[in-house]
Amino acid sequence: MDLITPDLGLVFWTGLTFIILMFILTKFIWKPIMAAVNNREDNIQEALDMAKKTKAEMEKLKTQNANLLKEARIERDEMIKEAKITSDGMIESAKSKSKVEADKIVENARVSIEAEKNAAVAELKNQVATIALEIAEKILREDLSSNEKQKQLAESFAKDINLN
Amino acid sequence: MLNTTLKAFVWTIVLLLSAPVFSSSSEEGEPVDVTEMIMHHIKDAHEWHILTYTDDNDGKQHVSVHLPIILIDNGIKVFSSKRFYHEEDAIEIVNAEGKKDHYLVNRELGYGIFHENIYKLNQAGLLDFDAEGHATNAKPYDFSITKNVFTLFFSALLLFVLLRLAVKSYKNDGLHPPRGIARFIEPIVVFVRDDIAKANIGEKKYKKFMPFLLTAFFFIWINNMLGLIPIIPGGANLTGNISFTLTLAAFTMLITVFSGNKNYWKHIFATPGVPIPLLIIMIPVEVIGVFAKPFALMVRLFANITAGHIIILALTGIIFTFGSAAWSALSIPMSLFIGVLELLVAFLQAFIFTMLSALFIGEAVAEEH
Repeated sequence: MDLITPDLGLVFWTGLTFIILMFILTKFIWKPIMAAVNNREDNIQEALDMAKKTKAEMEKLKTQNANLLKEARIERDEMIKEAKITSDGMIESAKSKSKVEADKIVENARVSIEAEKNAAVAELKNQVATIALEIAEKILREDLSSNEKQKQLAESFAKDINLN
Repeated sequence: MLNTTLKAFVWTIVLLLSAPVFSSSSEEGEPVDVTEMIMHHIKDAHEWHILTYTDDNDGKQHVSVHLPIILIDNGIKVFSSKRFYHEEDAIEIVNAEGKKDHYLVNRELGYGIFHENIYKLNQAGLLDFDAEGHATNAKPYDFSITKNVFTLFFSALLLFVLLRLAVKSYKNDGLHPPRGIARFIEPIVVFVRDDIAKANIGEKKYKKFMPFLLTAFFFIWINNMLGLIPIIPGGANLTGNISFTLTLAAFTMLITVFSGNKNYWKHIFATPGVPIPLLIIMIPVEVIGVFAKPFALMVRLFANITAGHIIILALTGIIFTFGSAAWSALSIPMSLFIGVLELLVAFLQAFIFTMLSALFIGEAVAEEH
């Protein structure tokens, strides 16, 4: 029975000691330890957060860089494409222009050649006619220089008519 | 180096744990009352018995530390317990079961001590006994520095010194990892904070209760462990004493009751969802619950620690019950085993006490959900 009967003296001393101990330990032990632990934990947390933030930022930068690169590449491609189109167009237009020009020149040449030819043919015709007239004149002059010969000619003509 | 230290440490523990074997010697042929020895050990005492030996004249000589006695009886009276043990002869009596017993008196002071209780002596300078063998004399208020009170002071001081050493390593810069003894203390402090306080009371309110929980945990733990050391200044069964556990449980109850919020009291006196006629039954049940919880705390710690002491002593007692040293081959390894187990129990009981205290406080401060 003694074993489970609380003893006033011991209850008193336990209570007193525990309360005093609790206050002393709180002031000199728990507060500094908790402060140090919390301080360290906060620091670690801060460092972790910072690392996370930096990582996220880096990730962002990386994406940004990649985007920039991609954009630049697209732009470059576009520029090249545009340049190609432009140059192609230029070449094409130059080609067509030159063709037109060449055609024009050829046409012109042809026309002028034709004209020259025509002119030359006309000239030739004229000259041939003149020459023929002259020859005919000369021949006639020579042939009809005598009476006899005039007579002969008239006979030849008459022959032709008779045959009809 | 570490190996040597470790070996020395292990052997010290082995020696210390087997020390109860040497502390109970007896005269040849006289049987040792093991029950009496065990009961004497687990109870409080006004002197700190170290050993008894038989001198040349076959007389028993006791070596003990005499602790001061403080009585409140028409003023404060302070004297050494030596005045009971060494000034006058013991008075032999025969108790109700027919066994021999004795009590000590000091007629000059007017007090007698019987089974570690102090009584006022009657006119004849003796104690009166009733039919069951209990002394019927009036008792003065006993505030003596008994074995347990001494251990109380000693453990508080030891705890403070050890923790102070731990705190010193933080002085320079709190950002470094703990050094020295703090490396051992800090994880426990963090454990109490995270797994006991935060887990049961909640992130918002735990801070206010940390001093109590930490102090209770470390105080119970160090006293549990001191109780396992069989020689002075250890060996007192402080945490296995009902007065000690009663006081600590009372603190838990007071804190619970005084920090209880509206919600907590509403659950006791007007449990939501319970019909009014049922409240007639429920209110007494809930009110009993307020007391039953700390009561369970009190009994659990008391019973666990006392049981541990009894088992170790009983195993040692086998040798004396059978009267043969050969039994030590069984009893020493067994008590060593239980001793090591008790080291675990020492931590476990401190943890459970703190854990349940935190749980009860957590219930009292919980918000409505």
